[in-house]
Amino acid sequence: MSGPRTLFDKIWDDHVVERLPDGTCLLYIDRHLVHEVTSPQAFEGLRAAGRPVRRPEATIAVADHNVPTSDRRHGIAEPESRLQVETLERNVADFGVPYFPVLDERQGIVHIIGPEQGISLPGMTIVCGDSHTSTHGALGALAFGIGTSEVEHVLATQTLLQKRAKNMRIEVAGQTPAGSSAKDIILAIIGAIGTAGGTGHVIEFTGDAIRALDMAGRMTVCNMAIEAGARAGLVAPDETTFDWIKGRPYAPQGADFEAAVRYWRGLASDPGAVYDKVVRIEAATIAPMVTWGTSPECVAPITGAVPDPAAEPDPTKRAEITRMLTYMGLQPGQKLAEIPVDVVFIGSCTNGRIEDIRAAAAIARGRRVARGVRALVVPGSGLVKKQAEAEGLDRILLEAGFEWREPGCSMCLGMNEDKLTPGQRAASTSNRNFEGRQGPGGRTHLVSPAMAAAAAIAGRLADAREFL
Amino acid sequence: MEKFTQLTAIAAPLPLANVDTDKIIPARFLKTIHRSGLGVHLFDTLRFDEHGAERPDFVLNREPYRRAQILIAHENFGCGSSREHAPWALLDFGIRCVIAPDFADIFYNNCFKNGILPIRLPRALCDALIDDVAQGDNARLAIDLERQVVVRPNGQEIPFEIDPFRKHLLLNGLDDIGQTMAHAGAIDAFEQNRAAAQPWLPKTTRA
Repeated sequence: MSGPRTLFDKIWDDHVVERLPDGTCLLYIDRHLVHEVTSPQAFEGLRAAGRPVRRPEATIAVADHNVPTSDRRHGIAEPESRLQVETLERNVADFGVPYFPVLDERQGIVHIIGPEQGISLPGMTIVCGDSHTSTHGALGALAFGIGTSEVEHVLATQTLLQKRAKNMRIEVAGQTPAGSSAKDIILAIIGAIGTAGGTGHVIEFTGDAIRALDMAGRMTVCNMAIEAGARAGLVAPDETTFDWIKGRPYAPQGADFEAAVRYWRGLASDPGAVYDKVVRIEAATIAPMVTWGTSPECVAPITGAVPDPAAEPDPTKRAEITRMLTYMGLQPGQKLAEIPVDVVFIGSCTNGRIEDIRAAAAIARGRRVARGVRALVVPGSGLVKKQAEAEGLDRILLEAGFEWREPGCSMCLGMNEDKLTPGQRAASTSNRNFEGRQGPGGRTHLVSPAMAAAAAIAGRLADAREFL
Repeated sequence: MEKFTQLTAIAAPLPLANVDTDKIIPARFLKTIHRSGLGVHLFDTLRFDEHGAERPDFVLNREPYRRAQILIAHENFGCGSSREHAPWALLDFGIRCVIAPDFADIFYNNCFKNGILPIRLPRALCDALIDDVAQGDNARLAIDLERQVVVRPNGQEIPFEIDPFRKHLLLNGLDDIGQTMAHAGAIDAFEQNRAAAQPWLPKTTRA
């Protein structure tokens, strides 16, 4: 392909094994991340067909969705969760797939540990049976979620049959105001373009506000690209990326690292590259955000109010807003900063990194969690937990009345014991506020780690800027 | 995978936008290690109350829609998680075709792997079909994948688009891993070229 190309075009072109007559491509996959929930049926399929895993060494498995976040030295009590984890352990042993066991300090949420270990690198194609695989796009890798049949396809062939997505650029121009974080940037973007705004596209995030983000922030932004409907999110790799990767266990070392960086530098979109869709957002307009509905696009600044369905001219949308407010137990016009919360959840692949825990601890330091509020902090990996403890963040959070737990997906989707009960309301640093997502009947407000910590202290949704 | 050629069946109207995969099958039912048996949990919170009793107003709890094999919905159907449990639950319930203005990408892909045909039609046509099938006795639609048409109860044919490759796999019920295995030589060559061009790359894996 000639002419200026985007970052996505370059990674794609570098991975096409064959192009079929109708344009479908056989795409080579560099890294395959595997977890216990979406893989059992794929391994079962391999077994039934007598197929081996083509490149076990390009695969890494970990249990994250089901694992308890309380002391787990005595195993998993819940029988179905235990069966799923044991099934994964049997499958990785039978097929020779590398695995981080539950009690290994490298265990954690699959999208935290891939980058943390240097398993996910720029220019790679990375897949996982999990929609938040888009997270790894922060490194400048083409990373996307797949279903279980495709997990089996990658295990067997190290490729996928794919149609090329379209290019979309979202420029976040200028400087984000103090007190607004990466989470606020991505919530503002989803509010602007909607949950289907990126459907069929790979979004490349550009602009000064994105460049200024550290790797954790870029991962938060790319993580929720899927919430905008995108196939993947991308940030072009730069010095911030290379510095961050250097020395990680699986990353290339020494002269190999230098050779890799030379290749990675060439990945950035060429000047004049053409995008099918372009959106520009002024960073200066981004305030700390909070969602009020049951879709991530239902978002407003914390200084705002719950919308009034009567003001919505489209009858379908009006009915939808009314349904959401009923589910959420909110009144039209109610001030967001006056909504009381029962639970605060800080963690997930969106916001479970060390930087997120530091942001929460900065608010919690010397304060107390409000009476009646349960506040959980769940580090994204064993190594994040260890780092936080080395920095004394666990003490700050525990003294403030937060729970300090073991790593895993936890209350983001409530597959383990950590879930909301019917009617309970949470301020959560996770990624989805769908009905029942954090437990049947649970009500979720998506926020940044600082905003979640502020909500825990105030006992209601609160403006983190008042706590800085 | 079961072939999809033609289908004449009861269609259920579900005029909701953004039907996410947590709605299709909540996470608490993902603890299975099998593909089958998820139909009883399809749309669990919409279908059943907190005591497990059927909600009589939900479409799949009403006749004739209990026997629906086609579902018609609004925009962005299947958004959210990549869980293939969503199409597995639909299939286990008996749904072979979903019609909507658009679908989330991963869900759309997952349907084809399970012999489910997702059909994109403009919102106005989806609403016309929803009106058709809301008249109980008229609740049948016919789908012809070979000719790429949906046939309304009044006989009117509505054409739809589909990728030729996906259509071929569905019509013949083909396992695409078998298809890809036929390209094993090309995959070998690709891997060798890539390792030669970027010698650092193979060193970043561990057995």
